[in-house]
Amino acid sequence: MGIFDYFKSKNTPSSASVAKDRLQIIVAHERTKRQQPDYLPQMQQEIIAVIRKYVQIGNEDVQIQLDNTDDCSVLELNVTLPEQN
Amino acid sequence: MAKIIVVTSGKGGVGKTTSSAAIGTGIALKGHKTVIIDFDVGLRNLDLIMGCERRVVYDFVNVINKEATLSQALIKDKRTPGLFILPASQTRDKDALTTEGVQEVLEDLAKEFDYIICDSPAGIERGAQMALYFADAAIVVTNPEVSSVRDSDRILGILQSKSKRAEDGREPIEEYLLLTRYHPERVALGEMLSVSDVEDILAIPLIGVIPESEAVLKASNQGAPVILDVESEAGQAYIDAVDRLMGEERPLRFLEVQKKSFIKRLLGG
Repeated sequence: MGIFDYFKSKNTPSSASVAKDRLQIIVAHERTKRQQPDYLPQMQQEIIAVIRKYVQIGNEDVQIQLDNTDDCSVLELNVTLPEQN
Repeated sequence: MAKIIVVTSGKGGVGKTTSSAAIGTGIALKGHKTVIIDFDVGLRNLDLIMGCERRVVYDFVNVINKEATLSQALIKDKRTPGLFILPASQTRDKDALTTEGVQEVLEDLAKEFDYIICDSPAGIERGAQMALYFADAAIVVTNPEVSSVRDSDRILGILQSKSKRAEDGREPIEEYLLLTRYHPERVALGEMLSVSDVEDILAIPLIGVIPESEAVLKASNQGAPVILDVESEAGQAYIDAVDRLMGEERPLRFLEVQKKSFIKRLLGG
């Protein structure tokens, strides 16, 4: 590593810390998905189909998540409606 | 009662077979009767790493299909007393490993052996699931690299949901992290995930760190488990890992950058 690399490395994070950040995000995301029941994707599609009868929305506009805390499960449904003109 | 330990990883090429051979040998050297089973049906390799490839007559699938008895298929290791190898089948399809068949063989082995090491194939398909299904403990072999860490986390999820212990609602499989191909120099430069980075992400107890070492390739070339190369760093790191697996405390070694002497630098060593 030359002297110029030394100064450069002060500004940009090391590739290892980039790797760690990326891994922490993807692993956390995959862990929540892993704990979700198998029927969730299917249910999401059906909910989207019902909403589409009334409002035009895209597949990404519906977020669905199941959170388990002790003895209580919360099904969270987030629908982003298109802006009205 | 035998303890069943699966050596698994999800990703291929991280050192599962090298680690199975080293750890199995290390446990046998401690005086416990040990068998290493190759679960990689179709891609048999444990025999080569253990240097017994020319002594394979019958295999795991032959035993499951009752074409051979266990004692016919088991290969006695020539170097380490109390160590046996059960080779994988080379030709048959992966469906050859049935849950009932594997269970029966493991139950028979449990009568004779103290430790059963299951060398898992890569991936998360049937072979890998069979290797971990009956396990009491799992050694998750991981390289300090993004795809390996992610796949290890995936395998941890499978250990926690698809193993027999999970299905029966028994105490979960003991999980241990074995970090392999570690370059202290690259970690120091910020080019490689450190031990603590990987520990933070996977959050399971660390059983050992094996430094990248020329001794590993040399050992596989010669068909002798690297743990027998007691001069090498990798060999010593595996000895430490086996000691920790047996509940002994060992400080981590070979994590610091070693200063090369002037002469060594000059010679390009």
